[in-house]
Amino acid sequence: MTKPFLSIEHLTQRYPDGQGGAFTVFENASFGIDKGEFVCILGHSGCGKSTIMNILAGLAEPTGGVVKMDGMHVSGPSLDRGVVFQNYSLLPWLSALKNVTFGVSARFPSWGKARVIEHSTAFLAKVGLTGDAIHRKPSQLSGGMRQRVSIARAFANEPKLLLLDEPFGALDALTRGTIQDELIKVWSDTDQTVFMITHDIDEAILLADRILLMTNGPMAQVAESVEITIPRPRVRNDIVEHPNYYAIRNHLVHFLAQRSAELSGQAQTPDQQPKPVRIDMTEDADSEDPEPATPILRAVEG
Amino acid sequence: MKTLSENRKAALLSILILIVSCLIWEASIPAQKAVGELTEYELLTGGGQPKAGVPPPSQVLAKAWEQLSNPFYDAGPNDKGIGIQIGYSIYRVLTGYLLAAAIAIPLGFLIGMSSVAYKALNPFIQVLRPISPLAWMPLALFVIQDSEMSAIFVIFICSIWPMLINTAFGVAGVREDWVNVARTHELSALKTAFTVILPAAAPTIVTGMRISIGIAWLVIVAAEMLVGGTGIGYYVWNEWNNLDLTSVIFSILMIGVVGMLLDSLFGLLQRTVAYTE
Repeated sequence: MTKPFLSIEHLTQRYPDGQGGAFTVFENASFGIDKGEFVCILGHSGCGKSTIMNILAGLAEPTGGVVKMDGMHVSGPSLDRGVVFQNYSLLPWLSALKNVTFGVSARFPSWGKARVIEHSTAFLAKVGLTGDAIHRKPSQLSGGMRQRVSIARAFANEPKLLLLDEPFGALDALTRGTIQDELIKVWSDTDQTVFMITHDIDEAILLADRILLMTNGPMAQVAESVEITIPRPRVRNDIVEHPNYYAIRNHLVHFLAQRSAELSGQAQTPDQQPKPVRIDMTEDADSEDPEPATPILRAVEG
Repeated sequence: MKTLSENRKAALLSILILIVSCLIWEASIPAQKAVGELTEYELLTGGGQPKAGVPPPSQVLAKAWEQLSNPFYDAGPNDKGIGIQIGYSIYRVLTGYLLAAAIAIPLGFLIGMSSVAYKALNPFIQVLRPISPLAWMPLALFVIQDSEMSAIFVIFICSIWPMLINTAFGVAGVREDWVNVARTHELSALKTAFTVILPAAAPTIVTGMRISIGIAWLVIVAAEMLVGGTGIGYYVWNEWNNLDLTSVIFSILMIGVVGMLLDSLFGLLQRTVAYTE
């Protein structure tokens, strides 16, 4: 098997607990992401999702383990890894357009001014920001528009890996929906590799190719890797009709509600990879296999 | 009838207060006449000196008109136009102030970026800051041996602290997220300083600059009273020695007006660098 585009190997993070000991956030976390893949990571707060994100972004150093991208050891922040932060992190003294050109001219220093502006405007248009709005300051934009600018800035840089840290966490449900659609649109245009943190199960199913499930901290682990067997393009309205949708959703809910706590704190072997899970009701819809049906039963219990 | 806007009402009220207080001032000062018969000497010198007293506003206005219609005349060391005197003061303030800014802002940047530098320099700042700038004057005169430079030094030492402290505070308070944006865009340290930290800290820095220029203008008057020679502070003191209270009141007003102009200049600068999160 070839090495994946991004491989996380034996990642461990410990903090001193203030009493001479150490608090282990996660230990020996290993997983891989393929090029062009959209991967979401789900888990309860405190399980270390954001820590993994910060390590991937190069903003934090792990206690142990390595991150390799394209076979190269990753250390420190880099333009190859773009980040969309939960709180937008736009520079408030720059207009929306300038916030994007700020990134683009850092990424492509050889480009002329006109080309930078053209490229930035195009990406702002992709997330639905055109006309007057792109010359406004972030404080004059709504939360949803700010996050659009932030997404445009990240995509316009065309990084090898795009990291999204709960990008829709602070948005209302309606805005969230529209921006998710826009994110999908931009992503399918660009073949970007995306790694995203989220709390929202439906969001993860809509967006991801694969969902990584984390157990509760401390000593959290990446326990499962659930493949989303719903064909693209996915439309919010239609995917709920797909036979796999509730099967997958129930599996995820069950994991988060129950098994994430049960599995928590269990020692992990150093070479353990997340257990691949594939739920596909369409393959043998006629057969009387009880196994895939269990998730539905679980949902009724929950 | 249309109601006046709030600003117009306020302006009208201001003018009214000005006129009323001037009238009260004018009325409260008794007309001054030479009392009794004139002596032979007084007759020879052309009338008696009126008793010194606070002049009425009409006299101050007349003085202001006289001075402002020819602000730049120079009739010897003790008789220069108000424009020249203010010019000297502004020159001293700006020289000392710009020197202070040239040191305080870069140093404040360093202190703000490094908590070690902050902790190391903080005791010095805390001790030096509350010293009245005029207390430095004797030492400055002795070391520098030049009254002009000593006045500039006093301005320098009084305006450095608010700028230093505010710059350090502003730089240290730059949101981690914005620094992370710079880091994920692989900006060099210098580029981060100029494109992210400086604009982010600019409102705080400019506030410090505004406080400093205000203090510098307060201090220059006192400093010039001590060093003498030229400047608005010297002018006030000189007119006091001449017992020309009309000029004293006029120059007090001028100090206020120039101070207001300097402050509003920085107010403008503050508005251009302001941002809302």
